[in-house]
Amino acid sequence: MSSDIDELIEKYRQARGGLIPLLQETQELKGFLSRETLEKIASGMNLSLAKVVGVATFYHQFHLEPRGKYIIRVCMGTACHVRGAADILAAMEKELGVRVGDTTPDLTFTLEQVACLGACGLAPVIMINEDTHGKLTPDQVPEILAKYRQKTAVIH
Amino acid sequence: MKAAEENGIDIPTLCYDERLTVTGACRMCVVEVKGARKLMAACATPVSDGMEVLTESDRVVEARREILRLLIANHDLRCLTCERNGDCRLQDYCYRYKVEDTPYKGAVIEYPVDTDNPFFIRDYSKCIRCGKCVTLCAEINGAHVYDFMHRGFDTKVTSAYDDTLQETTCTFCGMCINVCPVAALVEKSTLWEGRPWEVKKVTTTCPYCGVGCQLKLKVKDNRIIGVTADRSGSNLGDLCGKGQFGWAYVHSPDRLTGPLIKRNSAFVKVSWEEALNYVAARFTDILNRRGGQAFAGLSSAKATNEENYLFQKFMRTVLQTNNVDHCARL
Amino acid sequence: MKRSILVCGGTGCVSSHSRLVHDALEKELRTRGLDKQFELKYTGCHGFCEQGPIITVEPEGYFYCQVTDEHVPKLVDSLREGSVYEDLLYKDPETQERVKTRDEVPFYKKQKRLVLKNCGRINPENIEDYLKTGGYQTLDKVFNMPPEAVIEEVKASGLRGRGGGGFPTGLKWAYAREARGDKKYLICNADEGDPGAFMDRSILEGDPHRVLEGMLIAGYAIGASEGFVYIRAEYPLAVKRLAMAIRQAREKGYLGNNILGSGFNFNIHISQGAGAFVCGEETALIASLQGNRGMPRPRPPFPATKGLWDRPTVVNNVETLANLPVILNMGAGAYASIGTKQSKGTKIFALTGKIKNTGLVEVPMGITLREIIFDIGGGIRNGKKFKAVQIGGPSGGCLGEEHLDLPIDYDSLIEAGAMMGSGGLVVMDEDTCMVELARFFLSFTRMEACGKCTPCREGNTRLLEILNRIVEGKGEPRDLDLLETLGRNIIDTSLCGLGQSAPNPVLSALRYFRPEYEMHVKQKICPAGVCKDLLSYRIIEEKCKACGLCLKHCPVGAITGAKGQPHRIDPEMCEKCGECLKKCPFGAIVTAGGDRIGKNKNDYQWDHVPRTRELHDLESGRRERY
Repeated sequence: MSSDIDELIEKYRQARGGLIPLLQETQELKGFLSRETLEKIASGMNLSLAKVVGVATFYHQFHLEPRGKYIIRVCMGTACHVRGAADILAAMEKELGVRVGDTTPDLTFTLEQVACLGACGLAPVIMINEDTHGKLTPDQVPEILAKYRQKTAVIH
Repeated sequence: MKAAEENGIDIPTLCYDERLTVTGACRMCVVEVKGARKLMAACATPVSDGMEVLTESDRVVEARREILRLLIANHDLRCLTCERNGDCRLQDYCYRYKVEDTPYKGAVIEYPVDTDNPFFIRDYSKCIRCGKCVTLCAEINGAHVYDFMHRGFDTKVTSAYDDTLQETTCTFCGMCINVCPVAALVEKSTLWEGRPWEVKKVTTTCPYCGVGCQLKLKVKDNRIIGVTADRSGSNLGDLCGKGQFGWAYVHSPDRLTGPLIKRNSAFVKVSWEEALNYVAARFTDILNRRGGQAFAGLSSAKATNEENYLFQKFMRTVLQTNNVDHCARL
Repeated sequence: MKRSILVCGGTGCVSSHSRLVHDALEKELRTRGLDKQFELKYTGCHGFCEQGPIITVEPEGYFYCQVTDEHVPKLVDSLREGSVYEDLLYKDPETQERVKTRDEVPFYKKQKRLVLKNCGRINPENIEDYLKTGGYQTLDKVFNMPPEAVIEEVKASGLRGRGGGGFPTGLKWAYAREARGDKKYLICNADEGDPGAFMDRSILEGDPHRVLEGMLIAGYAIGASEGFVYIRAEYPLAVKRLAMAIRQAREKGYLGNNILGSGFNFNIHISQGAGAFVCGEETALIASLQGNRGMPRPRPPFPATKGLWDRPTVVNNVETLANLPVILNMGAGAYASIGTKQSKGTKIFALTGKIKNTGLVEVPMGITLREIIFDIGGGIRNGKKFKAVQIGGPSGGCLGEEHLDLPIDYDSLIEAGAMMGSGGLVVMDEDTCMVELARFFLSFTRMEACGKCTPCREGNTRLLEILNRIVEGKGEPRDLDLLETLGRNIIDTSLCGLGQSAPNPVLSALRYFRPEYEMHVKQKICPAGVCKDLLSYRIIEEKCKACGLCLKHCPVGAITGAKGQPHRIDPEMCEKCGECLKKCPFGAIVTAGGDRIGKNKNDYQWDHVPRTRELHDLESGRRERY
């Protein structure tokens, strides 16, 4: 696993401004950015650890803690907000038993809220990984989650 | 900003330092420029021909007062026992602009004080996020120990993962303490040792190496309690860990303050005259019996160039040897 | 001529399962042996996402809405017969008549789609489709002009930056052209972060080559050899289509070295944002491209003289760039004839909120809000009354009824206390509380602030705290003055555009809806019936039939009553969750100060949105978050 990171570092070592794409690709590979990973990146890119952690904590996209297999992003943008995004979020929290920002203990789901997914015509909207689900009502939530749980079960 | 300084106009600032990249972060230096819609930060606005600038207009003063009200709303205001009480930019400007209190009673971010390194404490409840330590550490020292972590209201200036500084690449040059406008970074040696107005600042030259950095000793009751930067010398206020923290020997009970001669396997205090006579006699004796090759001389980087020149001259001409070396590092 | 079936593949329609419809159509056509007679393809967004999935049939132009896979067999019947599938046609809600083509739909009638011309009409994944509509043809013309002449042409067109600032594009280019540098860069700002705006996304998804063509024109004019598209990672489809378009353009020789034999070299790279709204600000964007925290820096020096890697750099927004082929095609004069004195051409607005037709609309500058909201948008949903419209994203301003007939352009909006921004239009009805709304926008900008400069970092937090206080019924009359002076000072002293505009929603709401704020702090009443802490529930005795439903559903046992006896709500125990009101079949439960509450459940519920973990942390002091 770690050799993959070395390859990525090698790829971006010469690229100016390569830190952010490097962090993005590393996170894609590892799921999150552990301290060990960031230390490796800092020394590989010849940057101070403070700078790397500073960048990693600035952007919403980067996660310094482990994350679920499915990332549920509930849109809290203006349009979704006025059409009941809060209800969707509440239903999600209830169904998953975790709060916004947390990951289920089995590492299946991470629940997040985002500012706007840019699909306002379909408000309220959520994204689960790359799939968009629009015009939701809270009672659809259990059904949607069940689908993803099933997928996980098949894979295992 | 520089233009104002040169013309004797004092524009307040918390984040500007002529040695560092301008960040324009604190916004204390905003001024009114005729023709501009918004207030401009003096630190980041170049002077141009025919520019009309108001540095203390009602609008400017009101804006500065607002910034101060905002800063003290999220600041540990236990000034009574604060080490920087009386030597604090935030306090100075609040006094200058008559800001007694803040109307914003809300979240105040509190952090535990980090006392873990031997030289200074980091009290981030007092940090105003001016970012000077970040820029200085990255641009002048090069260690880049600090950075901004998180963002927005949660922004914290600290080391990665809040590590103690021993765990980082910190060289303990202490320059961060000297640029901190408030009491977020304070030398341990000065804690509870005296109020800023009781402390005399004595400009001197660092004794460690040939660079000859200027620094100011903080002296109270004839005792050194700390060091701070002096911008007048060739070092422009920059220091290293030895100049900043390496002065404890001055008051050490183990420090040699006069010559000693070993008699019967014990050192005995003697006068300078006796000691020099003794050395001269031994030198003459050895030179006569063994010749110059029996000598070797090692000089010190703490000595000046002139002293080192004299030293080698003495070795070559008087003691007749070329066995001269220099520690050349410290 | 082969007939085409165009299935919308925009994000909106894809999430309404347009892919299912596409696949079902493909299968159906094949099994019936019709696949040779019809060309089936995806298009970009039509902008009318409300009605998705949308399918059009060319050349007739039949415009089918809300198509599902169940419609497919009958749809193919109609295709074979060459007839219209009536049930799928758009029904005008006013006249109840069905219309056949897109142009007859009221939503499109008043629009002037220049930039969005191809969106929904061509397959964005195929460069040939773009070439057929005249794509990349302006390049021949441009490469035969000296770069200065191209800049003059754009100056003459009056084009101003569509990303929010409204700076004249030609002028920006001229600065960069004149600036000295061994290398110059062009950056396409596709970090569209305003909640409620999705025009850049739709252009990139629906007509990516238009953006590339615009970048080539801009790159040639300023003398750049390298271009970057800084795009949000939240837009995976746009990223995919853009990457595809760049590959195709390179294969066809529109990108690379010596383009079309002109001697002009230009390459484009995609850079994905990592989630920071503030990176829409050009200096923050550049910081981010250089691998740093996306924190803005003071200007001057402007990026046009000292930008990416300290070299002259022009940052233009997607919509701005997409306008360039239009301008070079029709000529600066013709382009400048559209719009108002100071604002030329068209602007794309994202129409959302409590409006009948949500979607993306492109209209000439100078159109009135009334035309957009009522003629194009179809008016307010559920027969409610228009109350306000938020223009220009979270840092824009709220305008009320008195502004409905204001011809909108960059300058008129600023004068009214709002701004063009990226073109978000969020429509509010009578059930929207203006205090709560301002609070919502502010919680967004506060969360997205970079934290560098004092007024924005500390000030917006305080504004939010004051608004929190007001909606919780703890506000005092002096809080309104505090909001105003603090808001003005934040605007006056902040480092970048984010801080300089973040208080706009509060200030504009205070300007136009002050009585509503005063009622919150003086009488402790929320006239829209939104702020939970300012409400109390009670049961109207005469209406109560003592059915016991409310009692059964009250989660805290605050309702008492026996059979045959009118029930009562104990105000001390009541949690104001509104369950009883929703459950009462007789409308016997009302809230004090009016009976409006509960009609719109969503409005009522949004009260707890910002009270997420972040704010809990804020209230309970700081906690380390690694």
